[in-house]
Amino acid sequence: MANARDILRRIRSVKGTQQITKAMKMVAAAKLRRAQERIAKARPYADTLSRVLASLAERTEHTHPLLEQREGNRAWLVVITSDKGLCGAFSHNLLREADELLASDRWENPAVVAVGRKAAEHYRKRSWELVHEEPTMISNLKADDGPRLARLLMDAFDEGRTDSIWLLYNSFVSMMRQERTLVRLLPVEPPPGDEAAGPEVDYLYEPDAKTLLGELLPRHVETQVQTAVFDSIAAEHAARMTAMEMATKNATEMIDKLTLLYNRTRQAAITKELIEIVSGAQALEQ
Amino acid sequence: MAGSLRLEVVTHTRRVVDTTADEIQLPGALGMLGVLPGHTPLLTTLGTGELMYRTDHRESYLAIQGGFAEVLPDRVTVLATVAEEPGEIDLALAEREREDAEAALASVDAADLERMRAKLELAVTRIQVGRRAGS
Repeated sequence: MANARDILRRIRSVKGTQQITKAMKMVAAAKLRRAQERIAKARPYADTLSRVLASLAERTEHTHPLLEQREGNRAWLVVITSDKGLCGAFSHNLLREADELLASDRWENPAVVAVGRKAAEHYRKRSWELVHEEPTMISNLKADDGPRLARLLMDAFDEGRTDSIWLLYNSFVSMMRQERTLVRLLPVEPPPGDEAAGPEVDYLYEPDAKTLLGELLPRHVETQVQTAVFDSIAAEHAARMTAMEMATKNATEMIDKLTLLYNRTRQAAITKELIEIVSGAQALEQ
Repeated sequence: MAGSLRLEVVTHTRRVVDTTADEIQLPGALGMLGVLPGHTPLLTTLGTGELMYRTDHRESYLAIQGGFAEVLPDRVTVLATVAEEPGEIDLALAEREREDAEAALASVDAADLERMRAKLELAVTRIQVGRRAGS
């Protein structure tokens, strides 16, 4: 049977761990709130952009390199994970799905763009070509990071190094749920027109529709990348919160169990000592 | 058509202005563009310059660069790359940037020319808009 002092030491150690997980949970909660605010602030821009682009794409016959559907079937898959661990199966599940996608015959000779340290480390050791990695972007996101990555992808598409580019990321649904999302980034799929917005407006274009399309499409791609990154970050914090909540609960259970064991051990020791004293006294009497 | 315009200015990180206005002037790519309520629907790219909007005879200004604007009879939506209110502008910093850009323009090679010119325009606009805050 374990020594009472050893048990006490273990209880103290578990309590220390619990304090850390509790603190991490609260930090994740604060970061999640900030991430959600950031998403809310970016939404008006994205929404207006989609609306305008939908109406523009519908009524012009002009085409643009970024809209062009190509014959080939080479693809780049942009996998967005976290930089850090301790967020449950957040990155792991996504990487597994990415591997399945890459291994399937959906694409011909696909390559990977890894965003997040977890993805970067995973794909350095895999057979698929790792064309680009962003191992520090997620935990230290700068305002220009999304657009910069988007431009890099657009350049690759422009130069014909790939025929399509897809984004795979965890999307924030609720505290308990993150949904894995796969969207095609390039060629751009014009967003569907909004039925609720009423009759289509016939715009005048200045300077002209083609120039505008050239201005709008890259912005749309930038916004999509940005949105995916923001969404993934919010989902990461939610996942970490849940994971840390579970860990804190497990620690509480463990402490309860250990406390019970400690009390029993202590009781047993006292009983044993009493027996010794009593039997000692009896021995003297005789 | 009487009434007023709803003006919304957003960048990809925030909503800068959401208000009603009686008249708006935009720095369009092809020059200044005045918008009154009832304007024909128009989609235009934006250059660098001041955006002015008038509400109840009070004029307000923003420094704008890049992006585009959607003009509807009762609504103007500006999606700008840069949009700053006078209070946010650091005049001293803008002055320094203008000097930097001017110095660079004197000796710059062709590749950087556009970028430097854009930087200079933005600095000049910032100074203009920033000065209005004081007056």
